[in-house]
Amino acid sequence: MSAKRRSGLAGALHGAEVIVCCGSGGVGKTTTAAVLGIEAARDGRRVVVVTIDPARRLADALGLTDGLAAEPHHIELADAPGELWAMMLDTTATFDGLVRRYAADESQARRILDNRFYRNIAGALSGTQEYMAAETLHALHGDERFDQVIVDTPPSRNALDFLEAPGVLTRFLDHKLFKVMMLPARRGMGVFNLAAQPVLRATGKVVGSDVLADAVAFFQAFAGMESGFRERADDVLALLRSDVTRFVLVASPRHDTIDEAMWFAGQLARQDLSVSAAIVNRVHPTFGTWSAQQARKRAGEASGPAAALWRNAAELADIVAAERGVAEPLVKAIEGAALAEVPLLRGDVHDLDGLAQIGAALFDRQ
Amino acid sequence: MPPERVDPLPLLTASRVIVVAGKGGVGKTTVTAVVARAAADAGRRVLVVELDGKPALGALVDEIPLQSIDAPSALDEYLREHGFARIAKRLSSTGVIEVVGTAAPGIDDIVVLGKIKQLERSGEYDVIVVDGPAAGHATTFLTSARGLLDAARSGPVHRQAREVIDLLADPARCQVVLVAMPETTPVNEVVETAYALEERVGVQLGPVVVNGVDVAEGEPPLDADALDALDAADGVLDDDDREALRAAAEFRIARRQMQRAELARLAEELALTQVHLPALPVAGVDADGVRRLAAALTAEVGL
Repeated sequence: MSAKRRSGLAGALHGAEVIVCCGSGGVGKTTTAAVLGIEAARDGRRVVVVTIDPARRLADALGLTDGLAAEPHHIELADAPGELWAMMLDTTATFDGLVRRYAADESQARRILDNRFYRNIAGALSGTQEYMAAETLHALHGDERFDQVIVDTPPSRNALDFLEAPGVLTRFLDHKLFKVMMLPARRGMGVFNLAAQPVLRATGKVVGSDVLADAVAFFQAFAGMESGFRERADDVLALLRSDVTRFVLVASPRHDTIDEAMWFAGQLARQDLSVSAAIVNRVHPTFGTWSAQQARKRAGEASGPAAALWRNAAELADIVAAERGVAEPLVKAIEGAALAEVPLLRGDVHDLDGLAQIGAALFDRQ
Repeated sequence: MPPERVDPLPLLTASRVIVVAGKGGVGKTTVTAVVARAAADAGRRVLVVELDGKPALGALVDEIPLQSIDAPSALDEYLREHGFARIAKRLSSTGVIEVVGTAAPGIDDIVVLGKIKQLERSGEYDVIVVDGPAAGHATTFLTSARGLLDAARSGPVHRQAREVIDLLADPARCQVVLVAMPETTPVNEVVETAYALEERVGVQLGPVVVNGVDVAEGEPPLDADALDALDAADGVLDDDDREALRAAAEFRIARRQMQRAELARLAEELALTQVHLPALPVAGVDADGVRRLAAALTAEVGL
């Protein structure tokens, strides 16, 4: 890829107030988010990085040790005119905050927050984590302390579910069970009548009547709050669709993660959203100007230690060629977006120096 | 580390059910396919089970039977087979199962493990290799049974939980194979997962499979002597080639040193046998790569 396209990363992210990093697990999304954050802080911006599940040493590097994680935490950076903050996504606490915001009064909030069924679903129901990531992003975007929010999405295909249809909070609120339970609640049916509904009776036989009673109590406590939740979801969606938000795909040079990145690109395209940049991490560096075949031929001709050197050159060239081949479809699929590679380094990256090294590669400052 | 030759296949397939677990990106699916391939090539009747609905695994194992298990259909099937056919019909037709599964944490996991237990009990397979749940979900997946025993004190789910606990507690029937890569973060994560599983599940841990080990092979070796030879090779190479060869060699040697250090640290922190799979010069392993790795596995010399 040309140097011109690589330097395009800074351009592609210029003016962004929100950056969403997408990609499969283990490709270095959190590391990438941290690197983009450091870069923005060096550029004079006040930036907050929201991560989902950082590996421990990276979390330590970002000051996200236990207890400091749920609120933005300031990180000291040398030579940065801006500010870098980091925090962990806390799905349950975010959900709790929404409940408090939209409850009519303290007693409604308490009834929901203390409900066992709510405690179980708040952090675990599919879609909740994704939605709460979007919610957190929206809240931080409105926070005076920050110019830019960078979020690392959950490592699942559902990461962009909240883009699917305007007004959809999560699959949770639109779920049939929710409707079954809300309907009679509005008609003023009591818990006992409700539990007599055939589908609920059936559910109770399988999971036990305690779980069912908790569920019914939860849905009844929730009555009246859905519209507040839905309006909030519309605001979040509007922010994600506006041009201050940029989507960055993150992959490693392997066919499975490249396929996944292209799948995300397709999901975004379906929503008329575009990818601003793709970052391919851990690409083997290129040495010399020879092809693998040429190097192998020289290895055959050489004798003694020189043969080992040429054999190594051939083996590395094989890997580079394979990686280029596998990334090619992604390069084509995101035509027009910035593309950047991060070379495979000699060791693991888990401190601010290592992150700075990756930043130099991403933004062409070697 | 012991220099004697170890055949890792019997260790890997010491139980009928092998749950392969590891964090995203370490090659869990590849290892699932390699263990299945090696066992099938050794004449065992093998079933591969996948839980994430990802199509990738099928392409890696070719003709080896593959079964996908998802929680809603496993629950549905379980209820039908245990005299709750009418309930099953209601739950599926209303789409309630997903919410139920989340509201009573562990139900999803327990019916999936229950289905695996049923396959194990059928006697149709010598070895069932399970591509375990993604990311950090392995511990909760395997602890689901204990959690549910307390939550659901009777009924079909309770019985299922009890039977799953019996499966997990028996080393002849089930073991967990953890997957790592020879780098700092994956080694830290596999050590953490191993301790969590040992403390909270009590399941047998099989060998740790380390993916992508860059094994130094070939003669003459790539080492300091080879680098010295560069300095002596005045006039044979132009300067650019020489410096590029040097950089390539230094890069490879440094990566191998880093890997060796991480493997040594893994051995120090985790008293489990290590099985190393060599790095292939490819961008992601395909079915052919799986065959090569399976062959390498059975030929492995103890490292």
